[in-house]
Amino acid sequence: MTSENRNNVLQCEIIETRSELSLSDLCEVCTVTSERVVQLVDEGLVEPEGREPAEWRFSGRSVRRVVVAERLSRDLRLNAAGAALVLDLLDEVKQLRQRLMRLEEIDSPSR
Amino acid sequence: MEFRDYYKVMGVKRDATQDEIKRAYRRLARKYHPDVSKASDAEERFKAVGEAYAVLKDPEKRTAYDQLGADWKKGQEFRPPPNWDQGFEFHGGDAAGRGPEEFSDFFETLFGQGDFRGGFTRADHRPFTARGEDTFAKIVVDLQDSYLGATRSVTLKHTQIGDDGRPTVRNRTLSVKIPKGVRPGQHIRLAKQGSAGAGGGQSGDLFLEIAFRPHPKFLVEGKDVYLNLRVAPWEAELGARVKTATPTGDVDLTIPRHSKTGQKLRLKGRGLPGKEPGDFYAVLQIALPRAETDEQKAAYREFAGAFDFDPRGNEGVRQ
Repeated sequence: MTSENRNNVLQCEIIETRSELSLSDLCEVCTVTSERVVQLVDEGLVEPEGREPAEWRFSGRSVRRVVVAERLSRDLRLNAAGAALVLDLLDEVKQLRQRLMRLEEIDSPSR
Repeated sequence: MEFRDYYKVMGVKRDATQDEIKRAYRRLARKYHPDVSKASDAEERFKAVGEAYAVLKDPEKRTAYDQLGADWKKGQEFRPPPNWDQGFEFHGGDAAGRGPEEFSDFFETLFGQGDFRGGFTRADHRPFTARGEDTFAKIVVDLQDSYLGATRSVTLKHTQIGDDGRPTVRNRTLSVKIPKGVRPGQHIRLAKQGSAGAGGGQSGDLFLEIAFRPHPKFLVEGKDVYLNLRVAPWEAELGARVKTATPTGDVDLTIPRHSKTGQKLRLKGRGLPGKEPGDFYAVLQIALPRAETDEQKAAYREFAGAFDFDPRGNEGVRQ
């Protein structure tokens, strides 16, 4: 690789490993309004630390939950409670799928 | 350009009522929603259904579409009859809030111009000098990229507003440094690489969701990495030292005595790297050698004779 190319390589950060996001960080990353986040917090869809919205600290994991919740609300016309339920069930399905995948591989090893 | 049979896409008859079409749409949208469905073609199906619904839910567009006739078959080479839409009055309607780049050429030719256009821009208009919208895309990386860090180029489809005010889709290639330790499902942020802001506003950020290309040997779960390790019956029972592949190179693993299928041997900290690195697990699978020759068959019989072994106990066996 030439040095010219190297200069064009974009640096990036992993959102989920940022330990804490403020309310405005989360709004910016997910392009949602703070009113909407308050709504999602009320449903327990994301659970920040801290009492007041100004003190709220979200985990990096909240990003994905908010982004998917927004897509589900828009595309399937779910309200916040419905989106929260779907997210929890999707998490569970994912865990079960991964366990199943491992178990199945033990039963039928690839040659 | 291919003809698109919107009725077939929606799985409804041509004389379906508006209510039936709405119900079909809602059911299919749930079924193929890319965040919910595991089907590999979920995203395309979801878009196709959204496009079909944008036409069929609107009585004006549906009527215009219907007069193209039922003779067209899906996939057939299609050219709209001249002035096909003459005499129809269209009003802009919302197209399920999708960006214009997501509809087919077929749709664009019929409904994408002139009077319709207004109805098919994004529903969520932002104030004029708003920051550009953040753009989401997926990037597929290899397991090794997370272990070692890597530079990967990503090609993004990017919608830009041209001089004539119509959106066009451009490909844009970026070189991205993949951070060490990144996991599937995580997002990386590239500052100011999203859509350009309107009216000189700041560009949005570009977020890339990380997906891993499936690896032939290793399975990633969160930050842990799994390998199915095949061992011989004598290795499992008597214990052994075996060479094992890991993403960072071969290692010698000690198989303890009396090991069983499904037992996991953990190599601490050899999973995906990070502040708290994941672990690497070798999941044991006892593989049986096939008895082909007489000598090998005899060995199995001798083996059987050496044990008073009933693998089933007496459970469930009718005496």
